[in-house]
Amino acid sequence: MSTGKLHRTPIHWLGELVIQPVEFVGDFVLFSWLTFKWVFSCWPRSSVIWPALYQVGVLSLPVVVVTGAFIGMVLAVQSYDQLRVMHLESQLGAVVNLTLVKELGPVLAATMLAGRVGSAIAAEIGTMRVTEQVDALEALGADPIQYLVVPRFLGCVLLIPLLTVVADAIGIYASWLFSTAVLGVNSYYYWNYTYQFVTLFDVSSGVFKSVFFGAAIALVACHRGFNARAGAEGVGTAATQTFVYSFVFILFLDFLSGVLLSQISQWLYG
Amino acid sequence: MSMPALELKQVSRQFGTQQVLREIDLQVFPEETLVLIGESGCGKSVTTKLLAGMLEPTTGTVFWQGRDVASLSAEEKLRQRLKIGYLFQSAALFDSMNVYENIAFGLHQNTDLKESTIREIVQDQIRAVGLTVDVGRKKPSELSGGMRKRVGLARALALAPEIIIYDEPTTGLDPVMSDVVNELIITTRERRPVISIIVTHDMHTVQKVADRVVMLFPLAGLEPGQPQVIFEGTPEQAFSSREERVYSFVHGDATRRLQKLALA
Repeated sequence: MSTGKLHRTPIHWLGELVIQPVEFVGDFVLFSWLTFKWVFSCWPRSSVIWPALYQVGVLSLPVVVVTGAFIGMVLAVQSYDQLRVMHLESQLGAVVNLTLVKELGPVLAATMLAGRVGSAIAAEIGTMRVTEQVDALEALGADPIQYLVVPRFLGCVLLIPLLTVVADAIGIYASWLFSTAVLGVNSYYYWNYTYQFVTLFDVSSGVFKSVFFGAAIALVACHRGFNARAGAEGVGTAATQTFVYSFVFILFLDFLSGVLLSQISQWLYG
Repeated sequence: MSMPALELKQVSRQFGTQQVLREIDLQVFPEETLVLIGESGCGKSVTTKLLAGMLEPTTGTVFWQGRDVASLSAEEKLRQRLKIGYLFQSAALFDSMNVYENIAFGLHQNTDLKESTIREIVQDQIRAVGLTVDVGRKKPSELSGGMRKRVGLARALALAPEIIIYDEPTTGLDPVMSDVVNELIITTRERRPVISIIVTHDMHTVQKVADRVVMLFPLAGLEPGQPQVIFEGTPEQAFSSREERVYSFVHGDATRRLQKLALA
C-alpha cells in the first residue's frame, strides 16, 4: 500500500541536508523582503502599532535599566583592578564609558530585547499560527505580515536606539557612582577623561548599530513564530530558536558594523 | 447544471515530503450545501483551505467562478476571498481582542463604514447566532466551546459572504450545542442564498444539513492511481452505500477494520 510519503533513499537524505539550509535562508530572505515591502508601502492602523511599541519599549525598560546599571558597575570593578596596576585608575571613566557606549550598551540592550521581546513575539505568533489565528487573519482580508510583523518590526527598530541610550546612560551613571563612592576615583578625573576619549561618533555608532540589531531580532522572532510547529513543544522551540538565532545574528552584525564603523572613523578622524 | 462556483481540477497538495491530496476533482455549485467527510488526515481541511485560497495547490488548478485563482491579481484575489467566510475548527478567535473586536475585525479591515454602523452589524450578528449583545465585551478565553463556535460564525458572517466554509463546526460540542450549530447553518442558508461547505465527522450534521456528500480517503490507505474521492452523492445514498469504506465510516463500524488488523 502507498503510505502517502515519498520513498526515501540516502540520496534523499543528502539532498535534504543541502536543500534545507538553502530553503531556510531563502525563506528568511523572502520573509524579510515582504516585511520591508509593507514597511515602505502601508502600515497597519495605529491601534495595532501602539500596543507593539508599548510591548517593545515600555515593558523592556526595567530590565534594560537593571542590566545597564550592573554592567556599568561590573565594568568599573574589573577595569579598576587592571588600571590600578598601571597607576591609571584616574582614567577609569574613559575605559568604562567607551566600552559601554561602543559595545556593551547596544549589545546588551539587544540581548535583553531578544530574550524578553523576541521570544515573546515568537511564542505569540507561533501560538496564533498553530491555533489558526493567522489563517483567520488571511480569511478576513488582512495580510498577516502587514498586520503581525510590521508593528513588531517598527517597535524593535524604532525603540531599540532609545533603549540603548537608556542602557548607556544608566551604565555610565552607575559606574560613576560606584567608582567615586566605593573605589575612590576622583569625580573630576572620571568625567574629564571621559570627555577626552569618548566622542560623539562613539556614542552614535553604538546607537546606529542597535537599529540593525532591532531589525534582526524582529525578523528572526516573527519568522520563527510563523514557522512554529504545532503543539506546546513547537511554540517553545520557536521561542528558544529566536533567542539563539538572534544572539548569533547580533554578534555577527556587531562584528560587521565594528569593522565598517572603524573604517569610517579612520576616514573621518585619521 | 449551472457553472460551479468553486472548482478543484486535478489538484494535488504536498507538505514537504508528505502528500495529502492527489489529483482531486471537486465542484461546488451555487446555493448547495456540500458536506465533506472522511477519516482524520484524509485532507478535508486542506481541501477547504485550497477552495478558500488560503493554500495554493502543488499541482492542479483552483477555479473561482470559472476563473483560475493563480491568474488573479492580488486585489482580485482579496475581493474574491472576502466572498468566502470561514469558520475554523477551533473558531480561531483572536485572543487579544474581545468578542466585539473579533466580529468587527473584517469590517474595520475592509470597509470604511462608520463605527456606529459597524456596531449595528456586529450586534445583529451576535443576535443572529443566538447570543446576547453583552457577550461583546468578553474575551475568547471567557467563552465556552459552543459560544466560541458561534462567535466564530458571527465573525465569518459579518462581511456577508456568498460562500461559508465550516471546518468541523460541531467537534467538541455536546449533542444539544451541536444541534444548535446545525440549526444555525440551516438558518443562515435560509436567510440568504449562500453556498455552504461543511467538513465534519458528525453523521447527524450530514443527515440534517447536506444536499450532497463527498467522501475522501487518506492516501495512506490507497494504491497508486486509486481515486481519493471514494464517494459522491446524496446523504441517503451515503447511508445506504454498501461500499466497505463508506459503510464503516458512515455507520461508525470498525468491525472490518479490526478484522483486517487481526489478520495482519
